[in-house]
Amino acid sequence: MPLNLNRVSMPEQESQERRHNFKEVNLGLTPELARAEAGRCLFCKKPTCIDGCPVRINIPAFIQAVLDNDLNEAVRRIRVDNSLPGICGRVCPQETQCEQTCVLNKKGAPIAIGALERYVGDYAIRECLATECVVAENGIKVAVVGSGPSGLTCAGELRKQGYSVTVFEALHELGGVLVYGIPEFRLPKEAVVQVEIDTLKTMGVEFKTNYLIGKTLLLSDLMEAEGFAAVYVATGSGYPQFMQIPGEDLNYVYSANEFLTRMNLMQAYKGDAAATPIFVGKSVAVIGGGNTAMDAARCALRMPGVEKVSLIYRRSEKEMPARTEEVKHAKEEGINFQFLTAPTEYLGTPEGAVRAARCVRMELGEPDASGRRRPVVIPDSEYEIQVDAVVVAIGTQANPIIAQTTPGLEINKWGYIVTDEDGLTSIKNIYAGGDIVSGAATVILAMGAGRNAAQKIHEVLAR
Amino acid sequence: MYEIISKRLIAPAVWRHTIKAPEIARKRQAGNFVIVRPITGSERIPLTIVSSDTQAETIDIIFQVVGATTMDLAEAKSIQDIVGPLGHPTHIENYGRVVVVGGGVGIAPLLPIAQALKQAGSRLTAILGARSKDFLILEDDLAPISDELLIATDDGSQGQKGLVTNALKPLLDKKAVDFVLAIGPVVMMKAVSELTRSYGVKTMVSLNPLMIDGTGMCGVCRCKIDGQTKFACVDGPEFDGHQVDFDNLTRRLSMYHAEEKKRKEIRS
Ligand SMILES: Cc1cc2nc3c(=O)[nH]c(=O)nc-3n(C[C@H](O)[C@H](O)[C@H](O)COP(=O)(O)OP(=O)(O)OC[C@H]3O[C@@H](n4cnc5c(N)ncnc54)[C@H](O)[C@@H]3O)c2cc1C
Ligand SMILES: Cc1cc2nc3c(=O)[nH]c(=O)nc-3n(C[C@H](O)[C@H](O)[C@H](O)COP(=O)(O)OP(=O)(O)OC[C@H]3O[C@@H](n4cnc5c(N)ncnc54)[C@H](O)[C@@H]3O)c2cc1C
Ligand code: SF4
Ligand code: SF4
Ligand code: FES
Repeated sequence: MPLNLNRVSMPEQESQERRHNFKEVNLGLTPELARAEAGRCLFCKKPTCIDGCPVRINIPAFIQAVLDNDLNEAVRRIRVDNSLPGICGRVCPQETQCEQTCVLNKKGAPIAIGALERYVGDYAIRECLATECVVAENGIKVAVVGSGPSGLTCAGELRKQGYSVTVFEALHELGGVLVYGIPEFRLPKEAVVQVEIDTLKTMGVEFKTNYLIGKTLLLSDLMEAEGFAAVYVATGSGYPQFMQIPGEDLNYVYSANEFLTRMNLMQAYKGDAAATPIFVGKSVAVIGGGNTAMDAARCALRMPGVEKVSLIYRRSEKEMPARTEEVKHAKEEGINFQFLTAPTEYLGTPEGAVRAARCVRMELGEPDASGRRRPVVIPDSEYEIQVDAVVVAIGTQANPIIAQTTPGLEINKWGYIVTDEDGLTSIKNIYAGGDIVSGAATVILAMGAGRNAAQKIHEVLAR
Repeated sequence: MYEIISKRLIAPAVWRHTIKAPEIARKRQAGNFVIVRPITGSERIPLTIVSSDTQAETIDIIFQVVGATTMDLAEAKSIQDIVGPLGHPTHIENYGRVVVVGGGVGIAPLLPIAQALKQAGSRLTAILGARSKDFLILEDDLAPISDELLIATDDGSQGQKGLVTNALKPLLDKKAVDFVLAIGPVVMMKAVSELTRSYGVKTMVSLNPLMIDGTGMCGVCRCKIDGQTKFACVDGPEFDGHQVDFDNLTRRLSMYHAEEKKRKEIRS
């Protein structure tokens, strides 16, 4: 049979329409498209796609089930390794993972594994397929700190093994970055994230919001007074970094976390009716080149009154860490990309509001420690752009609260928690994983760490 | 949901709520605050824990109704969300001769710290400032723990007429002060810090920037301290008054004036 290189493309909202709304951009595959795409898979004897997936989903097996139109089986196949397919299908950087290592990538048309996974995940959500039947509690209590993808995964896995699981979350809503960071138009909150959380509730996981562990209760309280046999710490890396350049404290210079939190968690995108507002003005500059920068830029563009959003990134397009699809969507929507550019200073009005960003042009020099070519300033290349608001999306650091309040917890020089490969910290029965261990990474890696730790916790506690 | 056990109007537009919050009551120390979201859909706002009762498992907050969220809080029957205790507790030691200066509703956060300083053995002078007699709060709580209590009102309706700095200056001139703690409007904390700087008397202030999460995640609470960026919710809220950039704080507090006004109109 000749190779079929006609990769299906995901139906999506038209770019000029979607740039004015917060509804989901990607519309999902139709059953016909899904089966057509599944039919292209070669069902390789040695499926290299699996090597690219951090949690090693049996990709050909679930694709076969899609082809056979047995979606219940597809759900089962994926959930062996990934309990949140509706989320990963949407946000995984597939082009550097499973789709990169798919044999058909050599021909330029890898199987759209992410789109198929989302298709299966959405089916599971629509049909409300609870992950497993509800397992009786074995009386052993395990605590999970943080309700991002890592904590949710760990909680689900442990509950399936029979543990009584309580998730403690500092914010008033559950979901971590899935809720306060990634915007609605990329990951619907009620239709997707909330359903996954509700499934965990149905399974018997207990959730406690408004608990900042390290303040409301200490890790030692959980282990001693509260009687938890083990704790999994998955607090993410949400502490925003700034560039430490002049003018960064001017009004309307935001960290990406503030900007996205106002927008998503506090729903400023609803405009005048929102209790927690956001000011964007007409011209917005976003600094950075990751998913966070893309999300901030595209959120800004969707606000009424915004005429221009510039994305300022110090390296070239090739080095941008954002998902390829986000960059493509951002371009189609009209984000103005300024590559090889960096801000050096923000200038303000007499009232203290930012009015301009002074920038310099860069060129790429020798590779640095990360292997990416280091940007160097081109002399005399300074110029100014007029802005009403700036979003700084240059990365995050480790939040210090748990480390400060947990004597004996080993952290590295950047403040991240040190663990062995099983996720065990320097303290007995306290495990950690996700961004608070790895530094800012991805949803699937955070989930993988949660699953891994759950297995180890089960091994140790079952002894 | 957190139950409001009692609420009292203690001055015009100033409320004291007692709220059931067992864990917070147990952990809370002087200087800590909470983030409160009165009802679904409202903003998250920071308020100092004025007192706690571990037996009754309650905390008290005192707040002035200034905008939409504090209006919601004044009317609420129960509270949707509270998280805390947040921020570093105050560093307490026997500083010797201490002057605590409170302005307006800033007297509320001042009270628990004054109590702790007194308990540590300090000699306590309290200077309380208010617009007028009617707006003066917590005098009865501060009087018994103060070795000296001075009151300054804008209109002279109680105590001396004028600013708290007028009451503080003679004490500094007498070299009768080892340590000052000032909490109140930014202009007041700035004036006190400028005054004590020339006398070389260590002065702490408690900053009140805008906040959202209160956990170090958003960065809206960032302040300039000795030229460095600090997050008031995790690094503060108390800082050395001689190192604070108060003008920066004032500017950042004005960021949403227009939107806050609009919201208040919609709300009322
Ligand atoms: C805007 C944005 C876009 C992104 N886009 C993508 C993408 O497209 N694809 C992708 O793979 N990855 C993406 N990422 C990265 C991904 O979201 C993270 O790697 C992932 O969420 C990490 O999961 P986590 O569970 O470790 O932590 P988080 O999701 O950060 O969750 C941690 C949770 O712990 C809570 N918490 C923190 N401290 C405490 C405490 N002391 N007590 C109690 N609770 C606490 C926090 O409030 C939070 O809810 C993006 C990140 C951002 C910010
Ligand atoms: C650590 C900390 C502790 C605090 N403790 C107390 C307390 O014990 N009692 C109390 O009454 N208030 C306290 N505040 C201030 C309180 O948070 C604000 O009054 C509240 O956020 C106002 O919310 P609002 O929606 O009702 O008003 P908004 O509509 O937000 O504002 C109305 C007016 O108040 C001003 N304002 C807004 N936020 C602040 C702020 N953070 N500080 C000063 N002015 C502000 C606005 O500029 C505007 O003029 C504290 C603030 C911090 C950071
Ligand atoms: S989890 Fe992510 S990497 Fe793995 S198969 Fe699914 S989309 Fe690909
Ligand atoms: S490598 Fe590609 S073609 Fe082969 S099984 Fe995996 S998805 Fe199918
Ligand atoms: S309030 Fe968000 S970081 Fe301090």
